[in-house]
Amino acid sequence: MDDNQPGWAAEPAAGLPADGGPPGSAPVVPGDSWRPPGSFARTGRGSRLLGGGRGGTVISTVSTLVVVGALAAVFLLAPGARAVEHAFFSPHAMWQSFVGNPRAGYYSVGAAIWLNIRMFLIAEVLILALALLIALVRQSTHPALFPIRILATIYVDFFRGVPLILVIFAIGLGVPALSLPLISSQSNAVYGVSALVLSYSAYVSEVYRAGLNSVHQSQVAAARSLGLPQRTALRHVILPQAVRNIIPPLLNDFISLQKDTALVGVLGTIEANKAAEIYSEQVFNFSSFTVAAILFLVLTIPLARFTDRLIERDRRRRLAGVTP
Amino acid sequence: MSEAIRIEDVYKSFGANEVLKGINLSVATHEVICLIGASGSGKSTLLRCANLLEPIDSGRITLWGEQITGPGIDQNLVRRHVGIVFQSFNLFPHMTVLRNVTLAPAKVLRLPRAEAEAEARALLSRFGLADKEAEFPDRLSGGQQQRVAIVRALAMKPQIMLLDEVTSALDPELVAEVLDVIRELAATGMTMLIATHEMGFARDIARRVCFLEEGRIIEDAPPAELFSDPKDERTRRFLGRIVDAGRM
Repeated sequence: MDDNQPGWAAEPAAGLPADGGPPGSAPVVPGDSWRPPGSFARTGRGSRLLGGGRGGTVISTVSTLVVVGALAAVFLLAPGARAVEHAFFSPHAMWQSFVGNPRAGYYSVGAAIWLNIRMFLIAEVLILALALLIALVRQSTHPALFPIRILATIYVDFFRGVPLILVIFAIGLGVPALSLPLISSQSNAVYGVSALVLSYSAYVSEVYRAGLNSVHQSQVAAARSLGLPQRTALRHVILPQAVRNIIPPLLNDFISLQKDTALVGVLGTIEANKAAEIYSEQVFNFSSFTVAAILFLVLTIPLARFTDRLIERDRRRRLAGVTP
Repeated sequence: MSEAIRIEDVYKSFGANEVLKGINLSVATHEVICLIGASGSGKSTLLRCANLLEPIDSGRITLWGEQITGPGIDQNLVRRHVGIVFQSFNLFPHMTVLRNVTLAPAKVLRLPRAEAEAEARALLSRFGLADKEAEFPDRLSGGQQQRVAIVRALAMKPQIMLLDEVTSALDPELVAEVLDVIRELAATGMTMLIATHEMGFARDIARRVCFLEEGRIIEDAPPAELFSDPKDERTRRFLGRIVDAGRM
């Protein structure tokens, strides 16, 4: 009798014939005559409906048509469908707000989105740097860094807890009121970007920290055992692996950041959302917001696809074993 | 033969768990010493302490007569001379084999890239890995990964090698290729301190074998003596269990 065989409990399960094992004791191994009750074949037809097999494409096409058709029907057949169409999807108003007309008192949403892009790009670079610094400080163990570690923790708690729009108001209204030379005479876009950087760095530093923790301690040991100083080990061994692991959550935060540049409009800066708001107030048509929404989608979707490609390329490269 | 490394009365605890309880060990230049003992007996911790990856609580460790434990020691300088290879390989997964091997020579010894790569290629081909330099570690077998890890440590031209159960994570059929590499190293006169569960290998290669139990060196003798005529009852019991498990 093979007592390394797992799975067969000393007590026979219900339905098993008790003809194995020595007489008088509970059988451990079922007898030679044991056969599984019935067939293993799946009964019922649940599997076919869930796709897979040749019918899959047809089924997915049909279901897509049904869902899209139902949504379109609800939208088009609603009692207020004509009013909504006119207020939000008027081609004329969309074009007007896209190109703008300063003499009529409104700005081009298409031009204003460039300010969002510039704010996003500048904020992103600063956030990546500041957040990394905060994460490294919080991860440090040196006793001399203790006070800075506490400050970094308070910073992260504070800016993760305060709504971004309050931070934008606080910086945009508070800093000019300080009447400091240079600092108090910047544009609202600069204050807006500063607020974005302060707030997002708190979030992104936590993402970095998760990434640093995801690299196994043995990698640190391996790097240090070769005589690499801590800084070199961090730069060449730990950080590259940490960053690879956090690309998806980082991207998520940056998509979010792209959209949140619209909040800077509360300071009066003419970015896409503010330009759309001004148009709607002048012309009494909300199609300008639809234009702004489309422009934001045009920005965020490529970023999402780009990161998917990065992740896929990295995965393939490591599996294929090809030098970059 | 001069003394390469000396471990004197070393104690080490992790929290309440005392792992090393007064270890004394001396390794002469060109000497190969094997550490045997059950898991948790302190073999790995001892090697990690000798590479300064773990600070010791008390006692001292000297390299060629100079104390390396305590304040004011350049740990990175010590580690250049004392290489260590781990049970789980610990290759850098985001780098090719060649970059794994050249990273430390380039960044620590500041070798020019071409020179570091030439030396790395020479080492790789010596250990049968010439065609693997462009691969990433996860494309290699365990045996190949462990050989790369040994090459990576050797690229720093250490005088002493510490091997921490380097075959324990390998499939049985891959153990031999790694043991062959270690035999070749021993033949070149490399000073080595080897923690291992491969008793046959220890008997072949070691000049002395130390049996550890519960953080103490119970017996320290030439392999012929320790394996065929162990003096201590605890050594006899340990070896008995190894024989019962069919491992010797």
